Amino acid sequence: MVTSITSFGRSGLYDWMIQRVTAVVLLAFTVFMIGYMLLSPNLDYQQWKELFECTSMRVFTLMALLSMAAHAWIGMWSISTDYIKPTGIRFLFQSACGLLTFIYVVWGIQILWGV
Amino acid sequence: MLVSVYRYNPEIDDAPYMQDIHIDIPGGKDIMVLDLLQLLKDKDPTLGYRRSCREGVCGSDGMNMNGLNGLACITPLSDVVENDKLVLRPLPGLPVIRDLVVDMSQFYKQYEKIKPFLINDTPPPAIERLQSPEERAELDGLYECILCACCSTACPSFWWNPDKFIGPSGLLQAYRFLADSRDTATSERLADLDDPFSVFRCHGIMNCVNVCPKGLNPTKAIGKIRNMLISQAT
Repeated sequence: MVTSITSFGRSGLYDWMIQRVTAVVLLAFTVFMIGYMLLSPNLDYQQWKELFECTSMRVFTLMALLSMAAHAWIGMWSISTDYIKPTGIRFLFQSACGLLTFIYVVWGIQILWGV
Repeated sequence: MLVSVYRYNPEIDDAPYMQDIHIDIPGGKDIMVLDLLQLLKDKDPTLGYRRSCREGVCGSDGMNMNGLNGLACITPLSDVVENDKLVLRPLPGLPVIRDLVVDMSQFYKQYEKIKPFLINDTPPPAIERLQSPEERAELDGLYECILCACCSTACPSFWWNPDKFIGPSGLLQAYRFLADSRDTATSERLADLDDPFSVFRCHGIMNCVNVCPKGLNPTKAIGKIRNMLISQAT
């Protein structure tokens, strides 16, 4: 048993599961967005605004946003523990990733509910 | 043919270097890499490498031949030589003691972690703990591992975290005891593996399967450990 306190859920299995589940959410969101844009060739601002005013779309987008945050954290954490050996630099890198993720989530929510 | 051998004697050399040696194979036969090493040693007795059984059973002569890990004693030249050239290096990722001899302590430490022995707290029966042929068949493809370290030293996850990631060889052995019907410590064993490093640093790139000289499949065993963890935790 290796102790790690900076991983997403502290359990390897939990991280692994979250990584897979969030990947499915992100795939669904990506496929939906590409499909939507392909099926609406004359997409204008009004239609785009109406799409994101819909509650189900907000739920879906927020879910994708949170999924991206969790997915990115687990991935970046793995990369940092693989390649950055000095603890201080690794911790700084992880802190920067965490801060950036948090900013993106708050900013994303602001955009989503600002429509 | 041209053989390029990794040489390093920490008592004499400041840094490792590659030594190029031209050698003629007697009779032009397709000999094993280990036989070639003996020819090299006849020329230069200072060359160091491990070997013992010379038939792929002891796992002593694992090394990197033209970029691929394998056992020198069961690898014919025709399998690895390209353009009449062979590059011999020690197993990657482990500290070099001398020339092709590596320090396997980290590898063995990971093996020790998975408790490679049967744990059974029930009173022993008068004769022995029996298994049905089906239960015994579960161990096929697992017990054959000879701990040569070819797989673990071909694994980037093991290169980056040899102190935390068990590695393909250790995990194959971990599953060998998880799958054993006579072992009663399954849940304790699984609990020991459920951290972000021990098992989950495996990203399934299958380098281990590619190089295993015994044709075993550690990636499959790791997948089965993961499935056991999932079914226990959901």
